[in-house]
Amino acid sequence: MTDSPQVKHHGSDMFEGYPVDTADTAGDQVVTNYTINFGPQHPAAHGVLRMVMELDGEIIERVDPHVGLLHRGTEKLIEYKTYLQALPYFDRLDYCSPLGMEHSYVLAIEKLLDLEVPDRAQYLRTLFAELTRICNHMLNIGSHVMDVGAMTPNLWIFELREDCLNFFERASGARMHSAYFRPGGVHQDVPEKLLYDIGQWCETRLPKLFGDAMSLVIDNRIFKQRNVDIATVSKEDALAWGFSGPMIRGSGIAWDLRKSQPYDAYAKMDFDIPVGTRGDCYDRFMVRVQEVYQSQRIILQCINNMPSGPIASLDRKVVPPKRAEMKSSMESLIHHFKLYTEGFHVPAGEVYVATESPKGEFGVYLVSDGTNKPYRCKIRPTAFSHLQAMDMMSKGHMLADTTAIIGAIDVVFGECDR
Amino acid sequence: MASPAPLVAPREGIAAALKKVVGNDLIAHDFLVGEDSITVRREAIAGVMVLLRDNLDYQQLMEIAGVDYPDRAERFEVVYHLLSVTKNHRLRVRVSTDEATPVPSIVPVWPVAGWLEREVFDMYGVLFAGNPDLRRILTDYGFQGHPQRKDFPLTGYIELRYSEEDKRVVYEPVKLAQDFRNFDFLSPWEGADYVLPGDEKAGGTGEGPGKGAPSPMTAQQVKVADDKAEKKAPPPTPKTTEKAGQTGAGAKVNAKAAKTSRDGASAKRATKVAKTPATTKAEKAPAKPRAPRKPKAGGDA
Repeated sequence: MTDSPQVKHHGSDMFEGYPVDTADTAGDQVVTNYTINFGPQHPAAHGVLRMVMELDGEIIERVDPHVGLLHRGTEKLIEYKTYLQALPYFDRLDYCSPLGMEHSYVLAIEKLLDLEVPDRAQYLRTLFAELTRICNHMLNIGSHVMDVGAMTPNLWIFELREDCLNFFERASGARMHSAYFRPGGVHQDVPEKLLYDIGQWCETRLPKLFGDAMSLVIDNRIFKQRNVDIATVSKEDALAWGFSGPMIRGSGIAWDLRKSQPYDAYAKMDFDIPVGTRGDCYDRFMVRVQEVYQSQRIILQCINNMPSGPIASLDRKVVPPKRAEMKSSMESLIHHFKLYTEGFHVPAGEVYVATESPKGEFGVYLVSDGTNKPYRCKIRPTAFSHLQAMDMMSKGHMLADTTAIIGAIDVVFGECDR
Repeated sequence: MASPAPLVAPREGIAAALKKVVGNDLIAHDFLVGEDSITVRREAIAGVMVLLRDNLDYQQLMEIAGVDYPDRAERFEVVYHLLSVTKNHRLRVRVSTDEATPVPSIVPVWPVAGWLEREVFDMYGVLFAGNPDLRRILTDYGFQGHPQRKDFPLTGYIELRYSEEDKRVVYEPVKLAQDFRNFDFLSPWEGADYVLPGDEKAGGTGEGPGKGAPSPMTAQQVKVADDKAEKKAPPPTPKTTEKAGQTGAGAKVNAKAAKTSRDGASAKRATKVAKTPATTKAEKAPAKPRAPRKPKAGGDA
């Protein structure tokens, strides 16, 4: 793993054969740079990341991240599946925020189809996208804190994440890979009790537990020493390196796709965009902490204003009928069969649809040739650009800062490697 | 806009501005499905990007995507997605190339292009002249081929497994226990490009691109049609039939309908109601109870 430092002794060959003390004085030592492997299996790498690091002592000179160890060929697989069959692949990209991934994909299909989506479906998707954001931030905040040495907050807020996963399970039947968002709406309606419980949770348990956990960290001296002024990114750099999400907001640019390019019900929501001032790891962390509270606001607005009505488009050529209907109506049976075998045809054209996933701009570039399968589906991961800037961000920092920087990037390799 | 996709307002005067800024390097500009895209000359891409960034405020490069169209002379399309944070607008820039011709790298314009170009190179084999670090990025160390090309099989060529005898991971040619099952759900009676068995003498279906059940319109046509319908459609007034004469089936039928209502059975009922205007007892009271049905002689009981 580690090359031993090469110590070069000057002039030792002059005394060949003689017992000579060859220890040099400090000034004579020439130590070449270390090269070490960080990962591919490293608990602080948040997945399978291999970084070849060139160190000068403990100072990082150069970082070469090797990604792709989790490459599964998702984009290739999608080209061989119908539009609906391709949907569950998106859950498996960023497995920490599965619904955020699905969101971009279904919106891209709907844009190509020019399909109207009922209000209730839009509200439900907004609600669950925000719940996903909380769920994702719980994991990231917790693991970031743990990467720099604190154990307790992670254990506490993992409980909140568990609550979120239970809500997903109650809505869709699956804790993580929900496949809940569908082209035209959502898969099934939620029970009233679930909305009530989410509202209760947002008002009582979330602020209490999260507030408690964050009170241990936010003003903690050790935490600040490990994060403040680490990997400072200027506004110009953030733009040039293609940053998005909490990374660009941490650098002080108030850019949020939910506000600037609203989709689903976000235009009707009232929330703020937290921004950082210095662009360091601490700011990125704090942006995420504040986003949790903003998400909580959005969720409560969604629940309070939840309209009634259908939960998916009534266009029978896109949205398959429910099973009960399928059992009683011949026409529904035919639609059900056709939509689950052949699938729907998407008009030829191409769109790039990006949403504000918990980690940043998650885009889907969908090229359709008018058949029932995507001709090309390019996924724009958030972590790819962020991780590329790893070299720029960690240059001149200590080896131990790497974990803080990766923690503040919020990288998940399912999405980065696809 | 009907769909709830992210709302990006069209940028005013962008067509003219692009023509002015990009000049002769602009091959085409189109505005389809609410998105602006331009095609530019491949050799000029680096310069065009600088102009777009500095003069038209597209500060961010979000994505570089490769697309493979094997039928074209220049089979690859490299698609850049730009974002303007200040103007809140997205722009798609396309260049086309083939296996041998390199595309000028735009790493000097945006450092983020480094990995994005590496990915297109890895997946499609498109070369980028001037990229300082054009290695593979997503595929395995020592991988051969470019997996996103349309002629690369989904299963790939080699697979790896842990060998218990060798105590290490070994690479072997792909062996499938079962053929890859690719169902053709495109219905054969709607423009299939193959002749069904038995139809050889019927003249064949030689014409047409034949992708099976084709969607009649492109996404752009759908959008335009929807927008028009939204604009033109009169406010929805529910169709009512207030008078018996309004059958909606023409004057002749209307007259007939009106006539029957005057002197038919309902006319009698109307007069009856008029006699007892205060109460509606008569109406509410059930009609004379029906006599129980007599069993039919020779029924199936």
